[in-house]
Amino acid sequence: MLINASHLDYVALNESIRKTDENCELIGCLGQRYIAAGMAQRSIRIDGVPGNALGAYLNGATITVYGNAQDAVGDTMNDGRIIVHGNVGDAVGYAMRSGEIFVKGNAGYRAGIHMKEYRDKVPVMVIGGVAGSFLGEYQAGGKIIVLGLGRASRPIISNFPCTGMHGGKVYLRSDCRDVLFPDQVTVRSTTDEDLADIFKYVSEYCNLFGYDVAQVMNAAFTVVTPNSNNPYKQMYVAN
Amino acid sequence: MRIEYVYPEFEVVRNEARCIQCRVCERQCANEVHSFDPDTGLMLSDESKCVNCQRCVALCPTRALKIVKSDCALRENANWPQGLIKEIYKQANSGGVLLSSMGNPNPLPVYWDKILINASQVTNPSIDPLREPMETRVFLGKKPAKVERDEGDGLKCTLAPQLTLAMPVMFSAMSYGSISYNAHESLARAADALGIYYNTGEGGLHEDFYRYGQNTIVQVASGRFGVHKDYLAAGAAIEIKMGQGAKPGIGGHLPGAKIVGDISRTRMISEGTDAISPAPHHDIYSIEDLRQLVYSLKEATEYKKPIIVKVAAVHNIAAIAGGIARSGADIIAIDGFRGGTGAAPTRIRDNVGIPIEPALAAVDQRLREEGIRNQTSLVVGGSIRSAADVVKAIALGADACYIATAALLALGCHLCRSCHTGKCNWGIATQRPDLVKRLNPDIGSERLIRLMTAWKHEIMELMGGMGINSIESLRGNRLMLRGVNLNEKELEILGISHAGE
Repeated sequence: MLINASHLDYVALNESIRKTDENCELIGCLGQRYIAAGMAQRSIRIDGVPGNALGAYLNGATITVYGNAQDAVGDTMNDGRIIVHGNVGDAVGYAMRSGEIFVKGNAGYRAGIHMKEYRDKVPVMVIGGVAGSFLGEYQAGGKIIVLGLGRASRPIISNFPCTGMHGGKVYLRSDCRDVLFPDQVTVRSTTDEDLADIFKYVSEYCNLFGYDVAQVMNAAFTVVTPNSNNPYKQMYVAN
Repeated sequence: MRIEYVYPEFEVVRNEARCIQCRVCERQCANEVHSFDPDTGLMLSDESKCVNCQRCVALCPTRALKIVKSDCALRENANWPQGLIKEIYKQANSGGVLLSSMGNPNPLPVYWDKILINASQVTNPSIDPLREPMETRVFLGKKPAKVERDEGDGLKCTLAPQLTLAMPVMFSAMSYGSISYNAHESLARAADALGIYYNTGEGGLHEDFYRYGQNTIVQVASGRFGVHKDYLAAGAAIEIKMGQGAKPGIGGHLPGAKIVGDISRTRMISEGTDAISPAPHHDIYSIEDLRQLVYSLKEATEYKKPIIVKVAAVHNIAAIAGGIARSGADIIAIDGFRGGTGAAPTRIRDNVGIPIEPALAAVDQRLREEGIRNQTSLVVGGSIRSAADVVKAIALGADACYIATAALLALGCHLCRSCHTGKCNWGIATQRPDLVKRLNPDIGSERLIRLMTAWKHEIMELMGGMGINSIESLRGNRLMLRGVNLNEKELEILGISHAGE
């Protein structure tokens, strides 16, 4: 179903998406929030710029944005897929538990914070460009992959990455000599096994956005893992 | 003695003449205080492990046991009370942050005890709740500012979603993980039978309890544990936890050792991984950001459920509540500094936050002054200990109260304040199967139902005494309250007169 969003506020827009069971194509989207919140088993195509909390609590739907997206994309996402042909704002994939997010360009602050995993639910986020500060803060599971394409001399991620990380992995397409990590994580070069681990997602990224996967993979990668599942274990004394 | 030695706080007194060496105490104590000495045929005790939970006392068939506070004391010092000195020793021994459980036990003012309730004499006669109808039902949610009519002159009856409570009390948030499966089941079943609500806390909702969804408030905290579409859809309302009275400004942290089996499944995180809920929601730095979370939850549940925002009572609570009301929240829950907890740093629990009584009075007053009191309901907790506290809270401006410690007491809690050890002998704050089964949900839910039924009757009697037959006429009716032993500033903030005025 084609929905012209240009004269709809978010309540009306989201209601019109909910009313139909069909796949939707939104045109003229301009900042409407909460699009497809909690939705399952649908495909939603968006032309324009969706507002904050796009695909919050997403439960299986596929969202493709032909433009940039704003803050809190895929907040507490449980399943599904979000593909953004542009940049995203802050806190993309906050506490996501499963599903996939592909961002062609850059991400703002706090990408992938609180990302978790549970049994067969392992979320993956691929950011094609660079990511802002606090990437993967409190990460407890899942995979965050940052490719740094077109970053020139900029560092691949900004300050304070992986603080409080206690699960999951962060893969960075860089030697990361210009990045400062906290003590509670281990930072090392990738092994063949690590690269095999992410190949599927990087090639999917390349398929989606028209890159050559061999070229993208042909670079130094760094992997970050936590030192402990229980970073605060020794902190307390019973009173 | 060794420098790190801390003398035990309690003594186990065993009446040897009564003790029949049945070893019940030994089997009942998860702390392993009691043991049997086969050589002498006598029961022994290691009082250093005793937390004074009274389990052995209650179960001893011959009443041979009592637990008393040790009289082995350090030299008295008003500036250095014993507790403080022992805390210094513990920290010097371990280098750890002191961790405590349940509410602030310190002798700080309890304003409820300084507020007295009115009764009718001669004029405006009192009402006997045994003979006359009394309305204790309350509705929580946004109320319209004015009556509106449609074109046909009919009333516009579309209301924002409301929670309907048979009495103005609900069980407040305690996560599955901090308390046991059987404790949750007791609360859920009691809430269902009573026509009130219980609250999942931030640990998700066990699949067995989805059937109590009509009487369940599901919580969303910064860690978002167990939060997904079905969970949001299951509850009657959704509570965003911004803060907790026992530990304002800090987050939650369930150690990985407790994330096993069902707890892991319900929180939807891997076994053995710490469950960390940081103090702030890292996507909320303003009222506008809060509004975003409130409305994302409304959108995800199609505007069918009220959204509660829970905060701890802190210094500028009136201004904060004003902001929350404008964020679109349907209900504001405020938790006072005496609220309980399964574990909190002692220094935070005992020193951070403010009492619920002035916080409630200030919030109700501010929302009225700003003309937005109808936009949200107010629920208060931390700590509400009796039907009298409930009546006083409502007269100060609350729509309903949250209780948790009182509910746990009904389930058998003896307030030993050792929840953080995970070895609760009463089967409440533990996940050990042998301990959990000590709490029978049939009995637990019955006890909760009896407690709430008794409170409901007391609430009706107190209302009847004032000549009031509906909670609606009591709410914010501060003329029904008088203060004793309160200074002018306290009376001013509480908005009540002194006794005799």
